[in-house]
Amino acid sequence: MNGFTRYLGRNLSLVVGSGLLLFLLAFVVVGHFIVDVEDARALSVRPLQPPSWRYPFGTDRQGRDLLAVMVAGTPLTLRIGFIAGILGVGIGTVLAFVAAYYRGWADTIIRGIADIGLTVPGLLVLIIIAVGIRGGLSVNQMALVVASLAWLNPTRTIRSQVLSLRERGYVEIARMSGMSGPAIIFFELMPNLLPYLAATLVNAVSSAILASIGLEVLGLGPIDAPTLGMTLYWVNFNAAMINGWWWWWLAPTVIIVLVFLGLFFVTVGLDEIANPRLRKSA
Amino acid sequence: MQLRDILKRCGVFFVIVWLAASLNFFLPKLSGQDPVRTKLLQQAQLGGYVQQGIDEMVKVYEVRFGLDRPLWQQYLSYLGDVVRGDFNFSIANYPRTVADMIGESIPWTVGLLGMTTILSFVIGTILGALLAWPRAPRWMAWLMPPLWALHAIPFFLLGLILMYLLAFQVPLLPIFGGYSMGVNPSLSFTFILDVMRHATLPALSIILVATGGWALGMRGMMVTTMGEDYVVFAEGKGLKSLTVFTRYCLRNAILPQITALALALGQILSGAVLVEVIFGYPGIGTLLFQAIRENDHFLIQGIVFTVIVSLGLATLLLDLVYPLLDPRISYRRT
Repeated sequence: MNGFTRYLGRNLSLVVGSGLLLFLLAFVVVGHFIVDVEDARALSVRPLQPPSWRYPFGTDRQGRDLLAVMVAGTPLTLRIGFIAGILGVGIGTVLAFVAAYYRGWADTIIRGIADIGLTVPGLLVLIIIAVGIRGGLSVNQMALVVASLAWLNPTRTIRSQVLSLRERGYVEIARMSGMSGPAIIFFELMPNLLPYLAATLVNAVSSAILASIGLEVLGLGPIDAPTLGMTLYWVNFNAAMINGWWWWWLAPTVIIVLVFLGLFFVTVGLDEIANPRLRKSA
Repeated sequence: MQLRDILKRCGVFFVIVWLAASLNFFLPKLSGQDPVRTKLLQQAQLGGYVQQGIDEMVKVYEVRFGLDRPLWQQYLSYLGDVVRGDFNFSIANYPRTVADMIGESIPWTVGLLGMTTILSFVIGTILGALLAWPRAPRWMAWLMPPLWALHAIPFFLLGLILMYLLAFQVPLLPIFGGYSMGVNPSLSFTFILDVMRHATLPALSIILVATGGWALGMRGMMVTTMGEDYVVFAEGKGLKSLTVFTRYCLRNAILPQITALALALGQILSGAVLVEVIFGYPGIGTLLFQAIRENDHFLIQGIVFTVIVSLGLATLLLDLVYPLLDPRISYRRT
């Protein structure tokens, strides 16, 4: 335990990042006790109230209590990010192991698709997909839309890691002692990649959240869900900036910034665990 | 580089173009929406009554847009149109063509993003190099945390904050649009000044975020390069520290940055869609936003296709030019 805390003392980014994320978690949990989440629906409270004791974050033009919106919306946005991120890294890991461990035609196809897919600007493809299935996208469908491209980057980065690992001596020995391919992947390669996979996951979650917010701000999100991105869509839709309703965009902006900062510092911290050579330079 | 590699890379480019075109064509068809009918119904509602002959009107328009033919014929003629750079008419702004509307907004986006990409590259690379240099002033170390933090924030959020501070609270700069309302675009000095004033805020929000990324990348490369044997050797020879820094470290560390710059320049059209939307800047992003709002799927397709092709082209050019920049790279068997 002592060694663990001492390590955390050196890996400050991990501490700061997880601290920010824990703070958001606490905000959501405590928020559920002090505010009625039902007030995140339109027409629940008096519209356009600046922050006050009764409505600490103010209310928006359609009569939502913004504190309730944030308490209800933060987990929704994180959910989109985590579903898409986990799906993306999951699919990416499987494809990467198949491609890099077995090589051959599977590798050619998987690498080809990932390479071509990555040349294409993701947000635009997502826009085309979302426009195609518009009409009441739910939060989970939103996550699936984002996940449809979220596997490309993990596939490529994990593949190159596996490529370098599979030439190591211990993998060679495992192979010669008759271990099967899947067993080598699970018991020899996977454990060594875990910190790297974790960093990739956090990264994927962060870009999934960014993509989902992008779609939402463009008006392609779940129209009736109070996610952070949809709140920004309404901010833009009602020209809250020009009208001087600063509290409306301040709350979602601060929370999104905290989410991204938290995820970013966690990635930096995990990178340091995954790649000890960085420690020297940090 | 051999002819075979060049041909292979061109082949990949055409596959990307073809895939983009096909995706564009088939995905909207799957949605089962009827943009013509939606638009006509909207118009009828605006007029305040429900039009009797709407079905007939839909038919006439579908013939005009060629939507009544079998799918494979539409697909083939679509591919033919795409090759000729003809993206059909805009559904929402009928007599105007998609190509026209895209052509009008491209200069705005290219101007904004081209300037910000290059500026942030230059500032970021210099900063990053200095951050890694042991002889840099002490205070520079304090720049790291804010650069990191800014780098993690999406462009458009910083845009919102800057907009509030510099255009709403302290009305220094215009809040919205590409130029003042009621001004005719012309090549006069006042108009250019007006455009620059309008571009300042969107540009600032991009530069502040992007500079951090460039600086971090450059610093990382510098740290790696400074650990190389030839740098140690150069120091051992007693070369001046400035010479080692510029000739030995900088020159080698900057190569990956240039690759990244080329890729970033390729993303010029799609890089800041949301910034444009937030600021109502009359570029590709805002056009796309309007097209989505009006369900104008020819316009959406045209924009997406243009952007994908431009990015593919940039990647292709980079692949072809890169061996000239870095002789270590060759496309012989890897």
